[in-house]
Amino acid sequence: MLRADDNFAPRAGTRVAYLSLVSFALLTIAVLVGTMIGPAGPQWWRVPIELANRLPLISANSGVSPEEWNIVWQIRMPRVVLAVLVGAMLSVAGASYQGVFRNPLVDPYLLGVAAGAGLGATLVFTLRRSATENWLIDPLPMAAFVGGLVAVFATYMIGNSFSKARSSATLVLAGIAVTSLTTAIQTFVLQRNNDVVRQVYSWILGRLSSATWGDVRLIMPYVVFSCGVLLMHRRLLDVLRVGDDEATALGMNIRRVRLTVVLAATLGTAAAVAVSGLIGFVGIIVPHTVRLIVGSSYRRVLPMSILCGAIFLVLADIPSRVLADPAETPIGVVTAFFGAPFFLLLLRVRKNQA
Amino acid sequence: MSTLGFCNLSIAYDGMIAVNGFNDILHSGEWLCLIGPNGAGKSSVLRAAAGLVKYSGSVAIDQQEIPATSAKWRARHIAFVPQTPLMPENMSVYEYVLLGRNPYIKHFSSESMHDKQVIDKVLTRLDLTEFRKRMVGTLSGGERQRIVIARALAQEAPVLLLDEPTAALDIGHQQQALELVDDLRRERGLTVVSAMHDLTLAGLYADRLVLMHHGSSVASGDAQSVLRSETLAEFYGVSARVHHEADGTVVVIPQRANSN
Repeated sequence: MLRADDNFAPRAGTRVAYLSLVSFALLTIAVLVGTMIGPAGPQWWRVPIELANRLPLISANSGVSPEEWNIVWQIRMPRVVLAVLVGAMLSVAGASYQGVFRNPLVDPYLLGVAAGAGLGATLVFTLRRSATENWLIDPLPMAAFVGGLVAVFATYMIGNSFSKARSSATLVLAGIAVTSLTTAIQTFVLQRNNDVVRQVYSWILGRLSSATWGDVRLIMPYVVFSCGVLLMHRRLLDVLRVGDDEATALGMNIRRVRLTVVLAATLGTAAAVAVSGLIGFVGIIVPHTVRLIVGSSYRRVLPMSILCGAIFLVLADIPSRVLADPAETPIGVVTAFFGAPFFLLLLRVRKNQA
Repeated sequence: MSTLGFCNLSIAYDGMIAVNGFNDILHSGEWLCLIGPNGAGKSSVLRAAAGLVKYSGSVAIDQQEIPATSAKWRARHIAFVPQTPLMPENMSVYEYVLLGRNPYIKHFSSESMHDKQVIDKVLTRLDLTEFRKRMVGTLSGGERQRIVIARALAQEAPVLLLDEPTAALDIGHQQQALELVDDLRRERGLTVVSAMHDLTLAGLYADRLVLMHHGSSVASGDAQSVLRSETLAEFYGVSARVHHEADGTVVVIPQRANSN
């Protein structure tokens, strides 16, 4: 995935191949630890033995009962896999948004995905009391997904109708306007339905606790597609670093590239938000940390963000299970709790480097 | 080795006319310098040729009109050096110059061996080899100008557009940059169009000057014929003496308005 070509960033040099290996190893370890720790279930050290036992050609007696295995495979495993998908998606979407808008502080929720998804979810919560209880499919992720996409589509239409120029500032401002409007509608709906405030609030804080294999199946295609499209744009995002004018003079169709990247990142983000709520900070912290390690070329930042985002969210999910045992701490709280101080530290490091 | 033609080029920004029926033809290897007061339309002509603004009329290379739809085709034929390039601080010089190969790389693929060989040659030619791993943000103004020119050369385009190439440089680096452009032009037969404010330097390096005023060309010719004090007074509103050196160099010396 990454070539060891030392011309791209002297700080990273040939370390890149090594770093991606280390990241893969860390991800494997994080996933293992994620399946080992939890309030109920087998003793932690039995889990890897049982996992090995399940592999072909290996047979080991782990002493894990079928009920305990159920907890590991049906409750912990989908949760860990979902953390991998959501973490990777939010990080790579954040990095791509930062590239396409040439603004290091934007996150994947910039264009209104979060607010739109929040409104969709709120509507489902208010209807659920009566109508949707007997539905076969949970409408919540679908409504959040559609809400997020509609909001970003509105942002794009508004941004384009006001400015035919290549400026991305109008788009960002349109995103702010759509976010405000959507949030206002959401608040209005909530005011009229006081009883669901708690549910909506806990959804907004983000959680992976209710993850099922169904959730994984639901978002997997979107995440894989979106990550693929974004990775294909990694060289073009580097060209865009010299600005819209110069990128155009270098033969790039910036409108098309920007539209494709924004759409792909939004699609994946909307899918992630639909099953996990709003998990803040991942889309900013992870890409910036990656830049500190491998330099700022998007050829490295994008693939490394996918790996590191997955690692970060799997690890952040562990304290969210055990901190307030047996209750769940929302994972959005954990990422913000670790993320905010970390972000300040990052700013400090950057300042010292400059 | 290509000619460059402007035919009835007109540009308007929000209804305000910036360039009005500009015509010119450059022969292959010619260096044309656009001069004129601020707002005369010099930069607009360059930006139109680089595909950055909408225009009516046509820009043609070797009598072939540039298709409005293919940014890549244009970038293979015209390289543009903007007045204040946006320099990504944390990009290495090698990466930066490599961006010049974008018009030759398919949308989703990456650089070929040939692209890298071109970059190596360009870096060697401009004595930038030892800079290749340096971060762009750590370079001085003169060094930055050289890597921007290197990126333009990497495009291997027969036409080079320079918008105020010396604006940010001291007198020594101005000379170095213009000498470099002149050498490259002779080596590679580049056709060069530059917009410049320094009239003496413009006359010194360009084969031909075109004086623009209110979006049209009002005078065209060598330094001797265009840089005359009546012309400058009429179009710049400046009071200046024009001094002719023995070797044919034309020097423009501004005068205090009330000194005579």
